[in-house]
Amino acid sequence: MDRVQRPVEASQLLFESERAPAFITGSEAVMEAIKRANVDMAIAYPITPQSESMHLIGDLYAKGYLKDYYRAENEFAVMAAIHGASLGGGRVFTATSGPGTLRAMEMFPVWAGSRQPIVCAFMCRGVSLPPSIQPENIEMGMLLDTGMLMLHAENVQDFFDMLLKAYLIAEKPDVHLPVGVFVDGFFVTHTRETVMLPPDDLKLLPYDPENSPVPVFDMETPPMRITRDPLLNKSNFISYAANASWHQEVLAAAERARKHLAQYLGGLLEVENPNAKIFIAASGTAVSQGREALKDLLDAGLDVGLIKIKSIRPFPVNELQEATKNAELIVVPEFNAGGWLAKEIKATLNENNRVVAGPRVFGGMTIPKELIISEIHNALNRQNQRL
Amino acid sequence: MSLRILKPTAEFADLLPKEYQELVENGPYHEQKGISDLGTFKEIIEEHPHCAGCGVALGVRLVAASLPAPADTLIIGTPGCSFFGLAQTALNYSNTAFGNQNAVASGLKRMLKIRYPDRNKDVVVLVGDGGIADIGLDMTLHSWLRRENITTIMVDNEVYGNTGGQESGMTKEGQVLNMAPEGKKFPKIPVFELARTSGCAYGARVTVASPRKIGEAVKKAILVAREVGPTYVQIYTPCPTNLKFPPDQTVKVAKDAEAGYYSFEEFISPEAQEYMQKTTKAV
Ligand SMILES: Cc1ncc(C[n+]2csc(CCOP(=O)(O)OP(=O)(O)O)c2C)c(N)n1
Ligand SMILES: [Mg+2]
Repeated sequence: MDRVQRPVEASQLLFESERAPAFITGSEAVMEAIKRANVDMAIAYPITPQSESMHLIGDLYAKGYLKDYYRAENEFAVMAAIHGASLGGGRVFTATSGPGTLRAMEMFPVWAGSRQPIVCAFMCRGVSLPPSIQPENIEMGMLLDTGMLMLHAENVQDFFDMLLKAYLIAEKPDVHLPVGVFVDGFFVTHTRETVMLPPDDLKLLPYDPENSPVPVFDMETPPMRITRDPLLNKSNFISYAANASWHQEVLAAAERARKHLAQYLGGLLEVENPNAKIFIAASGTAVSQGREALKDLLDAGLDVGLIKIKSIRPFPVNELQEATKNAELIVVPEFNAGGWLAKEIKATLNENNRVVAGPRVFGGMTIPKELIISEIHNALNRQNQRL
Repeated sequence: MSLRILKPTAEFADLLPKEYQELVENGPYHEQKGISDLGTFKEIIEEHPHCAGCGVALGVRLVAASLPAPADTLIIGTPGCSFFGLAQTALNYSNTAFGNQNAVASGLKRMLKIRYPDRNKDVVVLVGDGGIADIGLDMTLHSWLRRENITTIMVDNEVYGNTGGQESGMTKEGQVLNMAPEGKKFPKIPVFELARTSGCAYGARVTVASPRKIGEAVKKAILVAREVGPTYVQIYTPCPTNLKFPPDQTVKVAKDAEAGYYSFEEFISPEAQEYMQKTTKAV
């Protein structure tokens, strides 16, 4: 180990300790976060653009920061083994991308249903076919109803902070759910930025498996059997009711995460120019592109604002309704072909004909600010014609 | 360690069926008891939801009676008739996605080593033939190749019982079953041989017709897995419902198989042999 670390209260590590700048990539930010997260065990399987970060976690293990680490046989096995490790009562970490996410899909609702505070990073990329290793976040749209909490980082700083905060939120006994921290691959993982880091001789307090809504699977904490009974798997009303109420409790736990998200992330979304009539609403790196468009639009004298959505699950329903109550146009740029964020926003707002589901870019390209600007102009023209 | 695996709410305890009360009071919690003491404790609820003459339920029952340290044993199951069997025992088990058992067990065992470095926490996979030989074969083999300290037990009924009698990789060649309308076109997958070549330190192939052998094999397998490496026990647990023989013939079918293609076999690595000699001497 490079240095002896002192476990401290989260508030000290995150908010009180003095931070110093570091010029690092997103992959390195993952390493810096996990180094301070007091993680017991990580499991890896290579896929671009995730691999580099999990190499670095391997280096952390070799230096003694983690107690176990291995390369597993495929992503389903990774997520299954991470589930097993978490059942055993420790803090775990893994990460994957696009096809790896889809290969492992069956395990994500298992994590949530088992009420496991697993933190997983998703370095989003295209999924086949046609094959693409390039940035795209369609996999997020496929994970919306797995029961896990979903945070979408805009940049390297977000990625670092959200990973550490994810453990704190995931491990609250009234939440105790998996948290996925998502970034748009390459744009964040392979880009160097100046990031403010707390000292690395501090780390989070260890995970406390006794402070959990479900018993640890270690034969120390009786009584032990919970969902594991196929009472949930029989054809009678009591089974249906037991199964349904368990599901409802998972959803309720995600709702209870809102206050913790507010505390640690300063809210589920952020708004620039709150009184604007036109908004660009986005998550991930589309926010950065939206911010570039915003500058030009403001220079051109348009009344535009920006909504950065940080938490996708739970979704900031009330916050969005409030932020857009006087808006006439909401444009939603996205890095995927499906437009899942626009659908979420449309399902959230009244008078959702104000929402323009686009522009959408996929296949690996970035979103030029001009595309967002022309989408806004086109929409304004359409609105004017209607008047 | 704890034996209070099942703890009914006090107000409702006397409402439980008598059999269940017996399981709570007198489950398979005994370190010093084994197969020869069957009848003096309760391994499984007989009024289980399995078919009459179920070989899998019998296999689960015999394994439950054979655990060397039940108070520190964690069972990993998977969908299949076996997990409905586990639910009728007082064993502490977890069951999630079909076929993931050896990956889950790998993660669990490693975490328990981290949290309890000086204690034995036995992690035992107990699942069906389809779970191990088909959908979970990669994870089974990889856990062995990685030399995980876990025991894998297959209850082999040579069919997908739970989903209604389809061919599995462990079905005998030629057998007609659902999804094998012309009979299975390839032989049983040689999982026992694969265990030997993939790094298991101990392996045994047994049938429910030989409970004592099951008792010895399960004990050895779990002890060797603690210190030496992965171990494998394959138990033939015939299925009267899908293989269409009378339910009172299960043990006879197993006995006939044992005299033929399902003969008793065992292998042990020199290291495991040495370890077993040391442990038995110490006892
Ligand atoms: C991913 C997935 N595919 C298929 C199934 C359906 N399924 C449940 S149990 C089972 C068969 C189990 O067969 P086996 O492992 O031999 O156990 P048995 O029921 O014979 O004891 C199948 C196919 C499932 N639960 N999950
Ligand atoms: Mg079977």
